[in-house]
Order: sequence, then structure tokens, then C-alpha cells
Amino acid sequence: MPKCKYDWPEAGDRGLIGESIDRVDGAVKSSGRARYSYDVHPSGMLYARMLTCPYAHAKITSMDTSAAEKLPGVKAVLVIQPVGSEIQWAGDEIVAVATTSEAAADDALRLIKVEYDQLPFLVNEEDLSKAGDRAKPSAEQKSGDPDTAFKDPDAVISEGYYGAQVITHCCLETHGSMADWRPDGKLKTWSSTQSVSDLPGQIGEGLRLQKVDIQNSDIETVCQYIGGGFGSKFSPDRWGIVVAQLSKQTGKPVRLMLERDQDLEVAGARPSYYGKVRVAGKKDGTITGWDSDTWGTGGMGPSGNPPVPYVLEGIPNQLKKHTRVNTNIGPSRAWRAPNHPQAAILTMCALDDLADKLGMDPIELLKKNIDFAPEILRQAYVEELDKAAELAEWKKYWHPRGDKTPGHLKRGLGVSIHTWGGRGHASTCLIAIHPDGSVDVKLGSQDLGTGTRTVIAITVAQTLGLPVDGVNVMIGDSAYPKSGASGGSTTVGGVSGSTRRGAIDARDQLFAVVAPALGVEPTQLESVNGRIQVTGDPSKSLSWKQACAKLGVKTIEAQGKNPGQCKLGDSGVGGAQIADVTVDTETGLVKINRMVAAQDCGLIIDMKTAESQVYGALTMGVTYSLFEEKVMDDQTGIMLNPNMEFYKLAGIGDIGELVVHMMTGPGYDERGVIGLGEPPVISPGAAICNAVTNAIGVRVPTIPITPEKVLAALAKGGMA
Amino acid sequence: MQAFEYAAPKTLHEAVGLLGSSWGETEILAGGTDLVSAMKDQITTPKRVVSLKHLAELRRVEFSPSSGLRIGALATIHELLDSKEVQENYPGLIQAADGIRSEQLRAMGTVGGELLQRPRCWYYRSGFGLLAEYKGKPLVPDGDNRYHAIFGNSGPAYFVSPSSLAPMLICLQAKARLHGPSGSREVELSKFFVTPTSANEREHDIKPNEILTEIVVPHHPGVHMAVYEVRQKEALDWPLAAAAVALHMSGNSVSKSAVVLGHVAPVPWPSPEAEEALNGKEVSEETAEAAGKAAASKATPLSKNGYKVQLTSVAVKRAVLAAAKGGA
Amino acid sequence: MRGKRDKHRRPPAAKGGVTRRDFLRGAGVTVSGGLLVGTQVGKAAQAPASSAVAGPGAVPVTLHVNGKVHRLQLEPRVTLLEALRNELDLTGAKKVCDRGVCGSCTVFVDRRPAYACDLLAIEAEGHQITTIEGIGSKDKLSPVMHAFVEHDAQQCGFCTPGFVMACTAFLERNPNPTLEEVEKGLGGNLCRCGTYAGIRLAVLDAAKAMKGGSHA
Repeated sequence: MPKCKYDWPEAGDRGLIGESIDRVDGAVKSSGRARYSYDVHPSGMLYARMLTCPYAHAKITSMDTSAAEKLPGVKAVLVIQPVGSEIQWAGDEIVAVATTSEAAADDALRLIKVEYDQLPFLVNEEDLSKAGDRAKPSAEQKSGDPDTAFKDPDAVISEGYYGAQVITHCCLETHGSMADWRPDGKLKTWSSTQSVSDLPGQIGEGLRLQKVDIQNSDIETVCQYIGGGFGSKFSPDRWGIVVAQLSKQTGKPVRLMLERDQDLEVAGARPSYYGKVRVAGKKDGTITGWDSDTWGTGGMGPSGNPPVPYVLEGIPNQLKKHTRVNTNIGPSRAWRAPNHPQAAILTMCALDDLADKLGMDPIELLKKNIDFAPEILRQAYVEELDKAAELAEWKKYWHPRGDKTPGHLKRGLGVSIHTWGGRGHASTCLIAIHPDGSVDVKLGSQDLGTGTRTVIAITVAQTLGLPVDGVNVMIGDSAYPKSGASGGSTTVGGVSGSTRRGAIDARDQLFAVVAPALGVEPTQLESVNGRIQVTGDPSKSLSWKQACAKLGVKTIEAQGKNPGQCKLGDSGVGGAQIADVTVDTETGLVKINRMVAAQDCGLIIDMKTAESQVYGALTMGVTYSLFEEKVMDDQTGIMLNPNMEFYKLAGIGDIGELVVHMMTGPGYDERGVIGLGEPPVISPGAAICNAVTNAIGVRVPTIPITPEKVLAALAKGGMA
Repeated sequence: MQAFEYAAPKTLHEAVGLLGSSWGETEILAGGTDLVSAMKDQITTPKRVVSLKHLAELRRVEFSPSSGLRIGALATIHELLDSKEVQENYPGLIQAADGIRSEQLRAMGTVGGELLQRPRCWYYRSGFGLLAEYKGKPLVPDGDNRYHAIFGNSGPAYFVSPSSLAPMLICLQAKARLHGPSGSREVELSKFFVTPTSANEREHDIKPNEILTEIVVPHHPGVHMAVYEVRQKEALDWPLAAAAVALHMSGNSVSKSAVVLGHVAPVPWPSPEAEEALNGKEVSEETAEAAGKAAASKATPLSKNGYKVQLTSVAVKRAVLAAAKGGA
Repeated sequence: MRGKRDKHRRPPAAKGGVTRRDFLRGAGVTVSGGLLVGTQVGKAAQAPASSAVAGPGAVPVTLHVNGKVHRLQLEPRVTLLEALRNELDLTGAKKVCDRGVCGSCTVFVDRRPAYACDLLAIEAEGHQITTIEGIGSKDKLSPVMHAFVEHDAQQCGFCTPGFVMACTAFLERNPNPTLEEVEKGLGGNLCRCGTYAGIRLAVLDAAKAMKGGSHA
């Protein structure tokens, strides 16, 4: 028996939990029947589009919307930013129209005349010397005595420059929603959002700021399926308010989804991070000091503050400087594992350089210093490094820096480790067991494609002793009990916690009803294999249907909450990754041979969708390491690649072999459920950078690692 | 996309009659894979679009040893790839078409459209005109020119020719047949591609009311041919540099050669320097390397595309080696 | 700035005395061809009388989609993707890049894969269009759809219908593909969640499942 009422079952007794189970919405998605916000299309719906500013920094001096207003098919024209507004990035929204067809919207926007005064702008920040007063240094952070550590005559000091570019989210479903402001004054939105439960409140607040009166309780948000979020879809955004205003104004449902170029220009970017790093170490590999001078941009807002030194945060004698650069590139947003991939690149590349200088295997260097990592993860890191090394055949393929094999193809391996929190968020759910045996679980959560529906179904099914398809999971509606936004890898912990507790309580209510019929106390019952039975005695049992029939006309309802009684989850995971690449030294092309990930995340509910998270993270990691980049033009201030042709995403032939190993069993499972979305996307950048360096013998300092940069690095030395 | 009127004539004659005599009035629609996007981006805003969908006679791929290969302009990339005769007699064309890494584009896109597609220069595609000018000044020389030309780039054009097929077709001395109001004419493909000197010109020797009908490729029995593309992505992507090579062999040595570079100049760029380095030589790693170096020797890279010089050299070297290894 | 950058700022210069607004007002009316030749395209184009010029306003367009005939009124500029999604409520094909790069809008035109965003609806007249809705349903999955579920070749699912269509078309041309052929043959589709590892397995598996049997 579990020690605490709601505890997860003990090993050997977990049934569905941890098995590899198909996602429950797999068929509806693969058959093209899943309805996304972009697909919702009630009759009479209007199409909204927004006119955007073509300049990186400008003041609106005049505006004329009259021609657009007179165009047939135009039902509303809404000025978003009036004359006099100062615009801080190209692509910012100026005027919205709602029209009877997409083509009419296109025509209407062309008829709107806006004049601007152009103002000075900055859109590239890697060269800090050009930032001028756009550079905003923060106070220096110091711990221990870095000065002495770096002056120690016995210290080995490595020094390097590293960096990560600005990238966008490039969700395949652009941002936006369909809003229907009904005659009864109630507003319903179908929004592409990571935050179903919180959105109505945010929309209400946004509308009231625009002097549109509405109570939050009169707003409902629905999101059954979402075409990608990755941290960029927590807020309704300006367009989420505008679409509601347009619906109110026209009395019609209105859909406003961003165009692809707008989405890439304005709907989210990961801040860049560049830095000069020095690391001091003893000859035995013990790290004795850290000195970093970093900068980056998050547009006009915060640039993030990547936590360096990463993972090995306990390195003594640190000196850190960071400078934020204000640029007119559009706002930044949380991008899957905010700040961590950048921190990993600066840290793990710097440590790799130190290992080289010391003549050490970088895995040995990480292990040697693992006591600088949080205590709870030290053992996991050692196991994960060993596992990853085994799967990547590290002993066979790793070599000291620079592949000495003749010819132009050089192979190399690189390693990185990472961490993330991932504690379950606040979640409430309602579980109903009906007399016909059907089971409903309702909660205002959302499935970003991570497998949330599946995890909920497995949790409840296992708790009630039912098959997965015996549970009807109802999420994606703010009318359901409130559940947290899906960000920071908090969802699986939150929803598994609330639904486990709710399901236990519902089950116990059912036991109480059924117990007299079986002539035992409710506490002597268990629910397994679709039956309610006396514990350990299948001969005294009722089928699930028979048991539920005893409810008569009464449905059992139980609420579940997270956090709550008993420890069902935890925070803090680790992972190790190894990249195996081949570099063509004549062309500078990097080919991924293999990416290996060893990852822990406590107790796994569904092995299949958990592994998918890691496969996906490795793929996104390859993309940001080799291909994607928000290219901004110094002369015009615009984004040059706001399309999927030159905003390059890896294709199916660009990712190599992916090997995923989930750490399970003693030491992991008993921690309970911990989130997984963010952590595996952190290390690919650093691991690939280190693998390229290992292959060619010289460091390509920044990602993306393009042929141009590889050839430039080789020209300075290395194995060319 | 701006509104336009649409016509789908049944004959070539009718089609020509529907076309305007100055650029910008009308556009010809074949597979649509470039034009429809260009109209969405308002790179072109025709008043009328003339679809060639009913002109089935422009769709054939025919071969005979005496007259060579005739590729109708409306033959799709798939139809080219699927032709046994092309596979047997023009392996270099198959390799060139293989660079178009999208089954959808291969199924929709036509050979004529592939040759006539407009440049991918990101300034052009962002609305700064074919020559990428802003406030009276060209944007490319001081701008982000990582993907721009390293040959023929003294201005005013800096973009690169996007065609994957053209370099190999030019190696094979292909001709383009055009049909216009005064009948048909034939032009060497090597002269069909031109560098515009104003934003209102096009990159091809074609008039607004002419239709590219056919590509005629002489038969080259025994010629060794290959294409090598340096591409960042295996998936659909534009090569950073490419080379097409055709080698006439006499015993072990090259009697005559053709080397044409792709994606490095506003037109497919013939390299007499590389040809000279090959002619009369036995093909070896060294001669291939020398041909590559010769091909790149006169490059004039811009501020951010110096790396393409090296890529060009490697593309030529590898194409030469592949051609020598492969059969005709 | 010109073209796209000012597409939302300035009305285009009118030619031949026809203002943009006149032009657009005319667009609301269905006018048969010859009448517009003189106004829309200058002096030079002399269309023979037999040539029908349609538009720019809405014109009748007949589409054969998934075996059904649909008679629609569409402007020539409407893409097949917009017609499927907005007029026929067939939303399996997604608008993602809208520029013929990502493959999320993949449909079949006479069994050949096509980017519906790059194809004018009027161009699809006379062809058999098949969308994902025409090759299977959630209760009757096609072999490729089934393999996608089995190998978890989908996360958010937004690229999935396009990928399923592209894989289906690919397998028709390549019934016995190698991994390398799969990787090359599916280069016309993109995924952001990173489901390629599952898709590779799904395609290879679906190829086996489709052996001998009829498929979508």
C-alpha cells in the first residue's frame, strides 16, 4: 500500500503508467480532422488583417483610412496606433480591418495611407561597439576572489568568445484567434493559446484598457488544438484584443490570424547572448574561477539573464558583467527553456575549451567538477554522462581536438549537460463517473502537442483500473476548472497531480457505493482490469459497468487539485547530450551523424510522448544550431527573412540519427512527475558546437554554424 | 494579392494574343510555384494572368538520337526525371533536377517555369525592386549579401540566377524556343539569360508577349556530365553554389569541356577558365582541383559572401570528378 | 520602398486612367471577358474573341474535390487553399508559409502532390482534387495515418495532414523506399515540433503495410 493516499503506485504495480502508449488524439490529428483556431469558421465570419509599419523606428505623422472604409466588403476599420505614436519595430500593428473575404482585406490594407517620420534605429547587436547608448550595462556581479584565481601562476586559463543568435518561434499555426461577441454581451474566443484558463481575464483586462466594457466572467476561451507555441502564446496579445473589438463593432464573428511575415517579425524571438569568457582551472581539472563579459538583445525589452556558469553554478570566484542592448527587432518572448540554451552554449563551450587546454576528456572534466552542480542532480549527471557516452560510442569516436584522419571529412563529438525545474503548476479538475460507466475529466488545460490529453487519460485510467479509451478527456476550454498555462514544463506535473487526486477521490466514492454489494468495507476494494474487486480476490468482483450501474441516476463527481496532499511531483531535472558530427572542411558544411540524449524527468507517465518530446527537442536543437536566424538589415531595419524559405528550419534529411534514453527506475521514479518540455532543447547547441570544434580543431564561436563561419574559422587554423 | 483577370487560352496563338507588350501588364502562369507567391508579395502585380494549362502540346519530353531532346516548356520536373531517355542520355540533367527537393514542386513546377523563375534576392522579395534599391542607392553592396553574386556583380544587378537546370542545359548547348506575335525564334540558352540593367528589365531574353515553348538539347553521345550543388540543407533549399560540367573525353583526357556555374552570378556563369584548365588534361584530383581554382579565380566577392568563392571552387572540382567517374 | 513593403501603405499607381478604386468596384461584378480587355490590359493585347477572359471579379469555378462537385463563385486570385478552407470548410490543409515551401497545404491534383497555396483555384478546374479528408478519417485511418499514430510522428499536428499527404504521394512513386530516399523525397515539408524521427519510421512502416493491398 502506498504511504500516502494519492501516491503513485509502487514499481511493479504501475500498469499503464510509464508504458509506451499512443497519444489519444493521434487519429484525429493524423486524419486532418483536428480543428485549430485557424480552422474555426462559423457562417458569416469576417476576416481581419492588420496593416503594419514598414520601418524599424518611426513616428506616425498622418493617416487616412477613408478609402478603405468605402471599399465594398469592408465591415470595420480600427486604428490600433494613432497619429503621433512612436513605433519601435518593423511589423508593428497600425490599423486593422474586418472584411467579408481575405482578398477584400488585402485590398483594404492597400488603400490605407499612413505617413511616417523615420527615426534612428539599431537592429544588430553582435558588434557591441556599434551599440552606442543602446548598450545598457548591469552592475557587475562578483563572488569569491576572481582576481586571485586568475592570477594564480599554477592556474590553467582558457579564454574564448561564444554566442547565440536571435531566433524566432516560427509556430506553424500563426498567432491569432477567432472571436465571437454575441448579442447577449458574451464573448467567446477560439484562441491559439498556451493559456486557456488565464486568457479570458487577460482579454477582459485588455478590452477594458481600450474602454470596452466587459466582465471577465462573460468571456470564454476555447483551444482544442494549437499549432505550436514554444513559449510565444501565453498572452492574447494586441491582436487578441483587436479581434474582439472588431467582433463587437461588426456584430459578427471575426478571425484574425497573423500572416507568416508578421508572425516572424513580431510574434516572438529568443534573445541573443554573446560573451567573452575566461575559465581558470587546476591541472587536475578542478575549476577555480569564472569571468564572463556578456551582452545580448531582447528587442526593446529585457534581454534575459542567462544563468552562467550554467549547471556548475557553484564554481568559486566568479566575476560577471552583462549588457543589455536595446534594438528595434521586435519583442522577445519566452522560447522553450528561456535563457538556458544560451547559458549552456557559453558555459559548456568554455568548459570544453578548458578541457582541451588541460588535455582532458570533457566528460571527465564535467564529472570532476560535478560537485559544483546542485546536489540533488549530481548522481543523475554522472549516470547520464555515462549513458550518453555509451550510446554515442564516445570511447570509440571521441578524440583530442582535431580529427587527424586524412581527407576533407572530419568527425567530432561534443558534450553538454543541462538542467530545468519543471514543478507541476496549479491545476484543478473535475472527474465524473456516470452510471453508464463513462468517465469524464474536465480541466481548463491545453495540449500543445506534448501529450497532455494522453497523460491525463493514462493517469485517470490507471487510477480507476480502466483502459485508456475508457476515459473521456475534456480540456481546452476556460469553462472547465482552472488549470495552469502550459509553460516552463509545468503541465505534466500539474495535470497528473490534479487528475490523480481527483480520480482517487472519485474511485473511493464509487467504492463506498459498491462495497455493500460485495459485502466488504470500501477500503478493502481495488479497481483493476476494468473491475472493482476485493483486493487480491478477483472472484469477489463486479465489472466496471455493473459497479457504476449501482449509482442509479447519480453521477459521482470529484474535484482534484494540484498542489495537494502527498508528494506526486518534484522539481529539478538533469540531462546529458552528445552530438556526433561530420564537417566537410572544403565546404564548411556540418552534417549531424547522431544526437544522443540521456534525460531524466522523474516518473514518466507515457514513455511514447515523453520520448517524442526529446526527439523534438533534439530536432529543434539541430535547427537553431545550424540553420535558423532572424536576419535583420542594417540599412532598412527590416527582417530580411520573414518567410519559411530563408528562415531555415531543418528538414527531414537534416537531423541525423536521434537516440533517446529516458532515465527511469530507482533514483528517478520515486521523485514523482517532473516536466520535460524544456530541458532536452537546452544542450544541442553546446553539444553541436563542441562536436564541430572536436572535428576541425578550431572553434566556430557562434551559432548558427554556417558554412561561412566554418570556413572562416578554418582559415584561422584547424584541420583544413 | 491584387486582383487580376484570368485567361486560359486553348492555343498558343491565342495565348500570345492575350499577352501585353510591356512588362507588368500580364504574366504567364504555368506551374505557379513562383508566380503565385510573387503576386502575393506584390513583386509583380499583373492586370491579367494568362494560364498555359490547356496547351498540352507544350508538355512533351521527346528524344531521338538524331535531333536530340526536346523538352516542352510545360513538362514538369517529375516528367523530366521520369523520362527513361533523359535518364540514359542526360544523367547530368537528372542530377540538376534532383536539386529541387520537393515532390510538390517537382509535380507542379515546369521546366519552362524553372528557367524563368525570378531571383530569390531577399531585398527584391521584400519589395525593393529587382535591383534592390533604397533611397536611390543599391542595398546589396553594403547590405546582407551572404547569398548574392560573386561574379558579374559590378552592378546594378547583384542577385543570383536561381535556376537549377540552366547550368547543365547550357553545358549541353541547349536552345530555347520562343513563340511571339511574329512567330517563333530560337535562342542559345547561354544567351537567353541576361543581366538586367534597369529594374524594369527581366533576366531573360524574352519579350512580354513571347512564350517559352520548348528547350532543345542536342544529343551528346559519350559526353560525361555531372552537377554538384553545395547546399546547406538536404531538404528544399537554394544551393549556395553549384557547378555543371560536361566533358568530351578522348581516351583518358578531356578533349573539350563545358563548365557552367549556378547560384553565383545574375546569370548561369560559364567558366572558360575552368574549361581551359581541363582541356587536354587527364582528369585527376589535381586537374579537378585546378579547374575549381581556375573557376573561382576571377570572382569578385561582396562584403559577406567571400565564402562562396571557396564553395564554387569545390563545386567545380567535385562536379568534374563526378562527371569523369559517371558515364554519359 | 516599393512592392511588398508598401503594400499596406500606398495605393498602386493607376494606369490608363483606371483608378484602383474603379478597378475594385468593378471587381464586385462578374463581367465576361472581352469587355475588360481594353481596360485592364493596354493597347497591345488583342485577345481573339474566342478567348474567354475571366474576372477580375468573381467567376464560376467548378471544383472536383474528394469525388464531389462544387460550383463556386471565386475571384481568379483565390488560391485553391483558400477555396478549400474558406468555401468548402475542408481545413485539413493548413495555411502555414503560404509561399510553397513548407508543405502543410499539400493536396493531390490528379493524384500528384501539390502545394494548394501556390495553385489558383481556377487553375484546378478540370482536375480531381483530393484533400486529406478524402483519403481517410479518424475512424478509418489510411495506412500512412495509422503509421503516424503508431510512431508518434506528430506533436502539435499542424504540419501532420500535409506530411501525411506528401508521404502518401511519395509512397505511390516509391513503394519500396530506403531511408535515404525517404529523407530526400520528403524535403518539401517542414515540421517545427521536430517529428521527423517518427515520420521516417512511419513512412517505412506504411510502405510495408501498403504492400499488396489497396491504399488511400
